[in-house]
Amino acid sequence: MTQTLTLTWTTVCPLDRLEPDRGVAALVDGVQIALFRTADELFAIDNRDPVSGAYVLSRGIVGSRGGVPTVASPLHKQVYDLRSGHCLDLPGVAVARHDARCRNGLVEVRLRQEG
Amino acid sequence: MSGGELVVIGNGMVGQRFVDALHARDPQGNWRVTVLAEEGRPAYDRVRLSAYFDGVSESELNLHTPHDGVRLRLGEPATAVDRDRQVVTTALGEYRYDALVLATGSYAFVPPVAGTELPGVFVYRTLDDLAAIRAYARGRRVGAVIGGGLLGLEAANALRLLGLSTDVVEFAPRLMPVQVDQAGGAMLRRYVDELGVRTHLGVATTAIRQGPDGGVAALELSDGTALDAELVVVAAGIRPRDQLARDAGLPLGPRGGVLVDATCRTADERIWAVGECAAVDGTCHGLVAPGYATAEVVADRLVGGAATFPGADTATKLKLLGVDVASFGDAHGTTEGCLDVTFTDPATRVYAKLVLSDDAHTLLGGVLVGDASAYPTLRASVGGPLPAAPLALLAPDGGGADAGALPAAAQVCSCNAVTRGDVDAAIADGCADVPALKACTRAGTSCGSCVPMLKQLLDAAGVAQSSALCEHFDVSRRELFEIVRVRGIRTFSRLVAEHGSGRGCDICKPVVASILASLGSGHVLDGEQASLQDTNDHFLANLQRDGSYSVVPRIPGGEITPEKLIVIGEVARDFQLYTKITGGQRIDLFGARVEQLPQIWRRLVDAGFESGHAYGKALRTVKSCVGETWCRYGVQDSVGLAVALELRYRGLRAPHKLKSAVSGCARECAEARSKDFGIIATETGWNLYVGGNGGFRPRHADLFATDLSTDALIRLIDRFLIYYIRTADRLQRTAGWIEAMDGGLDHLRSVIVDDSLGLCEDLDAAMAQHVSSYSDEWRDVLEDPDRLRRYTSFVNAPDVPDPSITFTRERGQPVPVRDQSPTGSEPTNGHRRQPVTLGLPEVRR
Repeated sequence: MTQTLTLTWTTVCPLDRLEPDRGVAALVDGVQIALFRTADELFAIDNRDPVSGAYVLSRGIVGSRGGVPTVASPLHKQVYDLRSGHCLDLPGVAVARHDARCRNGLVEVRLRQEG
Repeated sequence: MSGGELVVIGNGMVGQRFVDALHARDPQGNWRVTVLAEEGRPAYDRVRLSAYFDGVSESELNLHTPHDGVRLRLGEPATAVDRDRQVVTTALGEYRYDALVLATGSYAFVPPVAGTELPGVFVYRTLDDLAAIRAYARGRRVGAVIGGGLLGLEAANALRLLGLSTDVVEFAPRLMPVQVDQAGGAMLRRYVDELGVRTHLGVATTAIRQGPDGGVAALELSDGTALDAELVVVAAGIRPRDQLARDAGLPLGPRGGVLVDATCRTADERIWAVGECAAVDGTCHGLVAPGYATAEVVADRLVGGAATFPGADTATKLKLLGVDVASFGDAHGTTEGCLDVTFTDPATRVYAKLVLSDDAHTLLGGVLVGDASAYPTLRASVGGPLPAAPLALLAPDGGGADAGALPAAAQVCSCNAVTRGDVDAAIADGCADVPALKACTRAGTSCGSCVPMLKQLLDAAGVAQSSALCEHFDVSRRELFEIVRVRGIRTFSRLVAEHGSGRGCDICKPVVASILASLGSGHVLDGEQASLQDTNDHFLANLQRDGSYSVVPRIPGGEITPEKLIVIGEVARDFQLYTKITGGQRIDLFGARVEQLPQIWRRLVDAGFESGHAYGKALRTVKSCVGETWCRYGVQDSVGLAVALELRYRGLRAPHKLKSAVSGCARECAEARSKDFGIIATETGWNLYVGGNGGFRPRHADLFATDLSTDALIRLIDRFLIYYIRTADRLQRTAGWIEAMDGGLDHLRSVIVDDSLGLCEDLDAAMAQHVSSYSDEWRDVLEDPDRLRRYTSFVNAPDVPDPSITFTRERGQPVPVRDQSPTGSEPTNGHRRQPVTLGLPEVRR
């Protein structure tokens, strides 16, 4: 069974600091987060590309695959489901996802540690 | 007999093909092969011999592939064959054989007239002959060719290219009497006349006259006239080289040649003959396709096979003096009761004839002059029903000729004897595109004329050659480009809403970004465009494996002042960047973090540097050799041209990266032929080569135009690049683009040289627009706070550098720390550094 440890919300930046369909990196409780804004949603996942080990997912191209919002690793283009963190190209590979929301024009992130 | 000592006498095209074919069938090397070659160079493409005068180098004509277990003895002709002792003798020794293959080829026939031994009289057979012709032509004005056949016309073109006024003397009443009929010959003559080559038909040369300098001065003809000629090429046909066989007592054909049966074996069971020296069932064949067929037969027999000579396909298609000429099957209509359908258009100077059976149902042969686009389908249809109505087939665009109507036995590729059945089988086995078919069947790998048919057969087999870009766009990049251009759409969101679906992806977004950039839509990081860019274009730097970036300032032509070199050195030192000289004559600075990029570029821009676009699918670099300014061999200012080209095309975005180089002489030190467009200086101008690349599938560029002025050269490159940018597929380099084009290089030439599509004005305008609107991307970023805002490590902690990027030192420079990530978890595919073994690799011979 998955045990989820929920931490507190951290304010990261104003919403208008995020370009639509693009990501930024943020540092939340010492963890590198990739934060994305699509047309109508916010997503936060680990910034670390699990395939290469480099901290680059925030620099990937945002898009969709079959209706699923995605980001593609900028290194070798594996595509991840922004909602679940699952890699759509490599079965069994996934990145941790985190909670993101907008309050009063500010983007907030809360880490989720799944173990 | 399936192993032992095998001696091959001759290393021409067919001799080499035999060795290749045997090697493919005998990979274990049961046959130990010794090849005795008369010439000092290994096999080369004699069919394309004349390309030597177009600036194609000896190495490009090379056909030789070394194989394990094959000894090649260059410059060591066989002098005798002792059949009793099974030994071949050369000047250097003896070679014992269990099997002997004669591949001695032909020699040029020289008619018995006085004066053929004079200085200045040449034959047209080997690279040495051509080199001698070139040397002798220097400073001379008038030349003549004896023989108006295929080789004679090639020789006439060569003399013309060497700057000689040229006469052709042909004994028959028309040019190319073997291949074309009277009307076709007449059409061909119109082209030849226009090129300024004078033809004398129906006359013989009776003597070659000596001049006061001891060399040739004139030809005397049978009609009593005389022609001035300071250089004479005799191209009056070829004769099989059968002297070795004759001396060894082997039977010969009625008109010479080593007599062999349909298995290509001579009267001696250990001796075989292939190619032009072989008289198969008494007949010699002077074309390469039947020669290759004999090579395959003998290779098969030597490993225990039962192949027999399938009969000669004498079909020919060639480009002579720029004119397409093709002849196939019963071109002269010798079949009893046969019918002709002819088409003559004096306006477009096209002549075509089909020879049909007496019931008009079966195609027997034909002749095409001026337009041979229907040739592949027609030739493959010989002996079968017509694939379409005769007039539809003869129409100049060949519209009615579709390979899908061919029977399975029809030969699609005559060079490599591949039938439609073979191609269909390969498709059924999973070959889904032309490159796969080429690799699997060898079809289309020699002359390439059947490539359009391969595409048609893929279509006919229902192999979906989907051109859809990705799930978001059903159209190809080329179609998308036209949509964006014609409809004036300048945002991705509108494009995907009106012409696509979904939200885009890492495939279509960079394609659209590139299209928008090619159409001059402002800075690549402005507005919505920024979100479409791949990370390299997004940060205008090259992402490396550890998440850091590298920086490449533009160094046009590889020319740099000491002051600028010092600045690069200081920047690298101050930011602790790993420094490496690139293959494109510039300097790559590695290990920059995103937030450092603007600081680095501030220093570089202040020193006069611009973006090198190493991060983009764009023009990278125009490499150059030092050229005539310094080099004692140089004939043109290669650096000056390289700088001018690089500055002209800098910032030009394309479907793939673009590379170029300029060499100041034929020694080619800049390696221009490995580039998308390469330029090599000649005494009088520039030769332009297109479609080369290094990389995974290295390819030499093809000669596109010769002896161009600088202005003419730039105009052609302008059009080449814009046409490529508009019509190529995603990530298709220029080589693949040209290969995939129907009609290939000739088509490209017709579009951008002859303006056959009426596009050139538009292409020129597009390039003019690019040149006038160029602006340095990095300078523009530094001047704009909005664009600069992207260059932060963390949106909420811009002062904290990315802790995952750390360096160690190797050979005095910083390099990424590998194997350990700061969070303590192992990268899933982290490669451990392995100790390096120092020593020489084992060399296999």
